[in-house]
Amino acid sequence: MDSLEVGLNQILSKAQKVRWQVGSVREVIVKSIYEQAQEITEKVVTTKEAEEDLDRKIDNIVTSKILGYPLMIALLGLVFWLTISGANLPSQILADLLFGFQHRLTTFFHWISAPEWLHGVLVLGLYRCLAWVVSVMLPPMAIFFPLFTFLEDLGYLPRVAFNLDKLFKRAGAHGKQILTMCMGFGCNAAGVIACRIIESPRERLIAILTNNFVPCNGRFPTLIAMAAVFLGILVSKESNLLASALVAGVVVLGVFITLLVSWILSKTVLKGVPSTFTLELPPYRWPKIGTLLIRSVLDRTLFVLMRAVIVAAPAGVVIWTLANIEVANLSIIGYLAGWLQGFGRLIGLDGYIILAFILGLPANEIVIPILIMSYLSQGTMLELDSIEALRQLLIANGWTWLTALNMILFSLLHFPCATTLLTIRRETQSIRWTWLAALIPTTVAVVVCFLLAQTARVLGLV
Amino acid sequence: MQVTGLQEFLERIEENKGDAVIALAGNPNTGKSTVFNSLTGLNQHTGNWPGKTVVFAKGSYRYKKKNITLVDLPGAYSLLANSADEQVARDFICFGKPDATVVVVDATCLERNLNLALQVMEITPQTILCVNLIDEAKRKKMAIDFSKLADLLGVPVIPTVARDKVGLLDLKESIHRVVFEKQLLQPRRIVYNKVIESAIEKIQEEVEVLVHGSLNSRWVALRLLDGDPTIIREIFNHLQRMDPGDQQSKRALKVVEDCG
Amino acid sequence: MLDQVFALTYLPIGRKAQVIKVGTEGLIRNRLLDLGFVPSAIVEAIRKSPAGDPIAYRIRGAVIALRSEESRQIQVRVVD
Repeated sequence: MDSLEVGLNQILSKAQKVRWQVGSVREVIVKSIYEQAQEITEKVVTTKEAEEDLDRKIDNIVTSKILGYPLMIALLGLVFWLTISGANLPSQILADLLFGFQHRLTTFFHWISAPEWLHGVLVLGLYRCLAWVVSVMLPPMAIFFPLFTFLEDLGYLPRVAFNLDKLFKRAGAHGKQILTMCMGFGCNAAGVIACRIIESPRERLIAILTNNFVPCNGRFPTLIAMAAVFLGILVSKESNLLASALVAGVVVLGVFITLLVSWILSKTVLKGVPSTFTLELPPYRWPKIGTLLIRSVLDRTLFVLMRAVIVAAPAGVVIWTLANIEVANLSIIGYLAGWLQGFGRLIGLDGYIILAFILGLPANEIVIPILIMSYLSQGTMLELDSIEALRQLLIANGWTWLTALNMILFSLLHFPCATTLLTIRRETQSIRWTWLAALIPTTVAVVVCFLLAQTARVLGLV
Repeated sequence: MQVTGLQEFLERIEENKGDAVIALAGNPNTGKSTVFNSLTGLNQHTGNWPGKTVVFAKGSYRYKKKNITLVDLPGAYSLLANSADEQVARDFICFGKPDATVVVVDATCLERNLNLALQVMEITPQTILCVNLIDEAKRKKMAIDFSKLADLLGVPVIPTVARDKVGLLDLKESIHRVVFEKQLLQPRRIVYNKVIESAIEKIQEEVEVLVHGSLNSRWVALRLLDGDPTIIREIFNHLQRMDPGDQQSKRALKVVEDCG
Repeated sequence: MLDQVFALTYLPIGRKAQVIKVGTEGLIRNRLLDLGFVPSAIVEAIRKSPAGDPIAYRIRGAVIALRSEESRQIQVRVVD
């Protein structure tokens, strides 16, 4: 229709004239609306003398120069401690329950005289992998997510962003990135989704690409076990305190790398003017615990668990198959690890470790089980009873303190798990960024491990 | 083109919309989601706004034999659309034609929140103000005259404490009245300064001819004056949707974009 | 001294001022306007981040933190 075109054209040119007259139409519009909002509010609201409100008092402590940062670190530490120590027992119970059921499944398969390979693929591969992922992942997430949601609903998290924004500004990133990182401690996929709170695309991408540098719940067990192994080899004495300090140090290193990579990104591929930073510090509100529990368990915990289960199931089948098909007395896993041995040695690891990380792509939780399984050359994943037994096994397979340390670093820095990558693909709508999200951390991991390994060898430390 | 996301979403809403579609708008941190959760319970699902990384939640409830679909819009300070969230909220209220829009406001921060409410009322008369967190206001020793507020705004005002489920029945009743009993609402109109008002007057008639009552002509005139390219493109797409198969208007779109 | 117009960044904590002009362009300006930083609005500097930046302001009943890049663009005059 001609009239639409002509009409719009005419109106727009008229409108343009007014815009030139008034200067900023937008300013006049917003000002008028706000003034009327103010006028109405003054008519209907009467406030008795506002006392020095509680929020201010809380904020005086929470954002104070002296207490602000220590309080943040203490709270983070508390959340970790509650998560890790609280998850131990339920994880054990869940594992006993699920692995107990495995025996029944085995009995059932024998009873219907199913072929051995079918039992292997379905029970020893698929079911066992699932059981492992659920028992390792569910309890910590069921504790971490409600705690996190609590801090979120309380209104504390924006204060964290407020305290730390300057650090992120220097790195060319957004203060809210710290919140997405906190979420990443629970699950990097959830952390990537949380990046939506960052409005500007550039800063959001930086946050998405670096979220992996904070270790998620799936990697914490690995870090803790490896810290114990490392210290066991180095000082041959178990110390929970030292191990905790080491894990804390690893987390700090992750944050440092996040800032460094963010800075590099903002100076290279994601160059651009920093966008506006506006952050509301909402009033504190005591959350309703019941609703909070339901929401955090339904929306976050089960959501993340379901996704992990979806990738873990096929992974179990593949791993079992690779470990059980033997060619000339060596399993496929053995061959693959052999190929990777040279590269592994170069960065202070070995072929089996690299393979475990690659096969562990579906979920970081299964890296250690795969490794143990490979070393024991058995077709199934199993749990060793103690860290001591694990250490003996690893030393028998040629591990040194360097291997343990590099295992920790590689676990912290390597490519994100498949679930996280899929989430990044969905959030960025781009294959290119998804590849970068895998390549950047992997490069960092390889470089760091390589440098450490070569330095240690040159200095004759191993 | 940006409009496809909106269209796709509207079609999805249309599929099983029940007897009425209600939009839920509000600033961030007003307890809007609590209102949404309390009204719909577990009858909800969340998803992505097509083509954008903006989440929306859709839920439903039943009241007086009517099935109500509730769309929880992303939190926004304003509808002038400076972020993807705000754009989605604006597009849905404006082009999604919900049967009514409930604006959830924080009782302790009325002035800031009324900014959004007034903007919603500018687009659609079918607006209900839900003043949430009145317990917090009491704690802060603030007294609010709700009936006076309703008089001044010309729309229903419902005080609530959503987390304790206080006032939600009143809210459902108010929605019912506005949607099904055709309660007449005469929302307060924002008056601008002389220059703007006379400019509106100059172009409003022509706008009216163009939009055929499918959009509020005063509001469209204001957006044209403001010269915001995203809304102008969206308005144009909307007009085209009203009148499909129209090739020449595509050229007009180019004109619009050049102006933006 | 009191009549002087200066950038919001320099408003001492605890003091109130009136917005005179929002000097930026484009999206940043619109965003600040939407948050209520319009001419004649009253704004109070509430607190500094422990790192010195950003600074939180009370504007129209809410507390909003701005980086110095943004608060430098807003011209104000002290009122209290």
